[in-house]
Amino acid sequence: MASVRLEGVAKTYPNGHVAAQGLDLEIADGEFMVLVGPSGCGKSTALRMIAGLETPTAGRIRIGDQDVTALPPQERDIAMVFQTYALYPHMTVKENLAFGLRMRGAAPDAIAQRVEEAARALGLEQVLSRRPAQLSGGQRQRVALGRAIVREPKVFLFDEPLSNLDAKLRVETRAELARLHRRLGATVVYVTHDQEEAMTLGWRVAVMRDGLLQQVSPPMELYRKPVNQFVAGFVGSPEMNFLPGGLLGDVAPGRGGGVTLGVRPHDVRIVSAGSGDLDALVDVVEPRGSELLVYLKLAVLPHGAPLRVVAPPEPAIEEEQMVGIVFDRARLHWFRTEDGQRVASPSVRPISAPGK
Amino acid sequence: MRGSERQSGIERQEARIAWTLVLPALLTILLVALFPLVWTFWESIHLHDLRMPWLGRPFVGVDNYLEALSDGRFREALGHTAFFAVTSVALELLIGLWLALALNRAFRGRGLVRAAVLVPWAIPTVVSALLWRFMFEGQHGIANTILVALGVLQGPAAWLIHPQAAWVPVILADVWKTTPFVALLLLAGLQNIDASLYEAARIDGASAWRQFRHITLPLLQPAIVVALIFRTMDAFRCFDLIYALTGGGPGTSTEPIALYTFNVLLQNLQFGYGSALSIIVFVVTFGLALLYIRFLGAELTGGRR
Amino acid sequence: MSARRWWPFLALALLVGASAFPFYWAIVASLTPEARLFQDPSLFPTHIVTDHYRALFTERNFWLPVRNSLIVAGTTTAFCVSIGALCAYALARLEFRGKAALLGFVLAVGMFPQISVVSPLYLLLRELGLINTFPGLVLPYLTFAMPLTVWLLVGFFRQLPAELEEAAMVDGAGRLRAFWEVIVPLAVPGIATTAILTFVYSWNEFLFALSFTLGPERQTVPVAVALFRGQYQVPWGQILAAAVVATAPVTLLVLAFQRRIVQGLTAGAVKG
Repeated sequence: MASVRLEGVAKTYPNGHVAAQGLDLEIADGEFMVLVGPSGCGKSTALRMIAGLETPTAGRIRIGDQDVTALPPQERDIAMVFQTYALYPHMTVKENLAFGLRMRGAAPDAIAQRVEEAARALGLEQVLSRRPAQLSGGQRQRVALGRAIVREPKVFLFDEPLSNLDAKLRVETRAELARLHRRLGATVVYVTHDQEEAMTLGWRVAVMRDGLLQQVSPPMELYRKPVNQFVAGFVGSPEMNFLPGGLLGDVAPGRGGGVTLGVRPHDVRIVSAGSGDLDALVDVVEPRGSELLVYLKLAVLPHGAPLRVVAPPEPAIEEEQMVGIVFDRARLHWFRTEDGQRVASPSVRPISAPGK
Repeated sequence: MRGSERQSGIERQEARIAWTLVLPALLTILLVALFPLVWTFWESIHLHDLRMPWLGRPFVGVDNYLEALSDGRFREALGHTAFFAVTSVALELLIGLWLALALNRAFRGRGLVRAAVLVPWAIPTVVSALLWRFMFEGQHGIANTILVALGVLQGPAAWLIHPQAAWVPVILADVWKTTPFVALLLLAGLQNIDASLYEAARIDGASAWRQFRHITLPLLQPAIVVALIFRTMDAFRCFDLIYALTGGGPGTSTEPIALYTFNVLLQNLQFGYGSALSIIVFVVTFGLALLYIRFLGAELTGGRR
Repeated sequence: MSARRWWPFLALALLVGASAFPFYWAIVASLTPEARLFQDPSLFPTHIVTDHYRALFTERNFWLPVRNSLIVAGTTTAFCVSIGALCAYALARLEFRGKAALLGFVLAVGMFPQISVVSPLYLLLRELGLINTFPGLVLPYLTFAMPLTVWLLVGFFRQLPAELEEAAMVDGAGRLRAFWEVIVPLAVPGIATTAILTFVYSWNEFLFALSFTLGPERQTVPVAVALFRGQYQVPWGQILAAAVVATAPVTLLVLAFQRRIVQGLTAGAVKG
């Protein structure tokens, strides 16, 4: 096991496309680090640079104490699970698992033993002599995992390994991955576009956008203290609501350029009309079993984007109903409108007549 | 931290491996293709008649080319070649397209058809020339027999002796041999067209003809262009077929430029003049390909992944 | 409405019939006595003889051209496929400067009219003393066979997912080892198809064989068939028998591997 360090890593392609700009990231030995962001944000490129499948145009990459920037993948002692698994179609499961060890010249006995152990750990004993084409999606995924485990590398790299599974399998496999990580104590770098996956699996999560790291923190800190509007909107489902800063009252002057107010759907309460901070018209109600997702149109912002609120299933809320909403003042997020950066809570002078 | 153009050790190593792999093939091609072409060009600007070695090999500039331009037989050969190319390629495209459409619809018998299609393509061109020559030979060739029996002809025609009629078996032979291949190419293009486009059009009320004009033809354009380019270039280079079917005759009435060049080079042994003719053939075929690519915007190389 | 259903089949029946007829007729003729060839052509012969085939192999020693074609086409194919596979892999998978230009160059060479290189090749072979020899044919054949092989193989290699090599490299294999262990086994069908197509093109080649051989000792099948000369008249019976023999090997190859061949030809030409 080893730590991974990226120092000022950047990648610009010959056609001018900038995939990564000056990434500085430290991943501790044994940590489960998730790289997350929308497509094109550079997370896969970063992962591939750690793997050695792409070379950075600037910066250094260290695995453990070793500077691996100039080393090809086969000399880096890493294992990777690809999004499409990339199993060798012409080899049996057993041969797939044994490939890496064979390439590194391990003794046949050692290979056989390690392959057997991995097969047992992943429930693949029955299919050892089958070819990948004869396996189910879930089984293929486990063979891809097994191929990585068998090598006992310094670092595990995962490139969106769950995207090809159906929703149910995805949740199950997620739990298995977490369990596996606990058992192996391995250093893991995991790439996904799914923020839920990131939040549930990562010890720390690195949010990326347009080749830049936005924030690297443990999941709850990302949720509670996003450093900018992008991270705030990206993490958490349903998405955070963004409203004009002066909605609840005049914001103290001197803020320069105005502020945007962010509030999560879980941090807004629905009350009867007139008795809340603001009034709103219920637009759509989505019953979700344990809760209701309510879309509202604020009375003072009739043409604005609908406000998303998560409400308990009782009392029932009707569409076209007029209601009041109350913001949890302790859970508000403030951002500078100009660049989306987080700012401290300003003092707010309430408007003279509330609601009506 | 270095600038953005740094080529790391890995990239340089990959490039080294790549060039090592490429070198044998590249050297071979340079030796047997490019070098001779350059030599041909060199020859074309010199006088070199193997029958008259005492004349040496003096530099004559563009004399050979000028001679070619005023050479009546060459100009005729050019005309023959153009006629052959236009006629056979047009026929091959039309019939090939029709066949491709039929093959796309039919769901049974594909294997049989594929075999039927490939065998004419697979045999040596000279053999196909001989087969067709046999059918049109003399008075009692089977073509005459059938046409007379069907009432199309009054009496047997002397196909191969008549300067214009001799083209008939030539073009038929070429169409017979290569239309199936064009059909296959277009069929592959057809199969790449999303069926749901047609369904949407049908729901919108478009007739079969409109569907063809507005969906099939535009989406088939890349395949048609590829077929056009390859077939036209092949037609301009034609040699085997006419050599074995009519020998360029009767007289020189079916002689294409490649055959004429061949005669000049290897019968008359006029290497200088023949080389000029070769270069002209080269420029014409190549120029055609470039013209197509430019105006019809095909993506032949590098667009595949 | 029903017309729409069966017109494709009618078209295909016409296609199969038109394709097959010349062959059928040639086979019939090759089994008909010489005297009756032009007298009373009937579609269904009554009197079958094998004289022409016998004469072909006893009097004319047609084994010679067959042997020559096998040697030349076989050697060309073996050489081109092995050298071409390495080149094609580099072009398909590796990144290096000048790659696009190189690919374009290889394809362009494949489009050279043969007539344009015939004379210098003739002079070159004459200098090297290779006229009327086997190497003297294989060498010129590389002009068209090498670009063809490279083009086809690049198409096949590109179809293999790039992640397979990446996985192999991460697993510890260098580029060349990854090529050998992972790519080659998977590319075998593509390599086989390329070999078949190269063999067919080489077998059928005419102009170079005509120009660079002098006599029956080294002439290939197409040349031998085209230059058939009778004592007094054109021996059509034997010519057609020779034609049948000439086409038998490639026909069998093509029929056996038709699906692969069609895939190979069309995958490369039209964006798949």
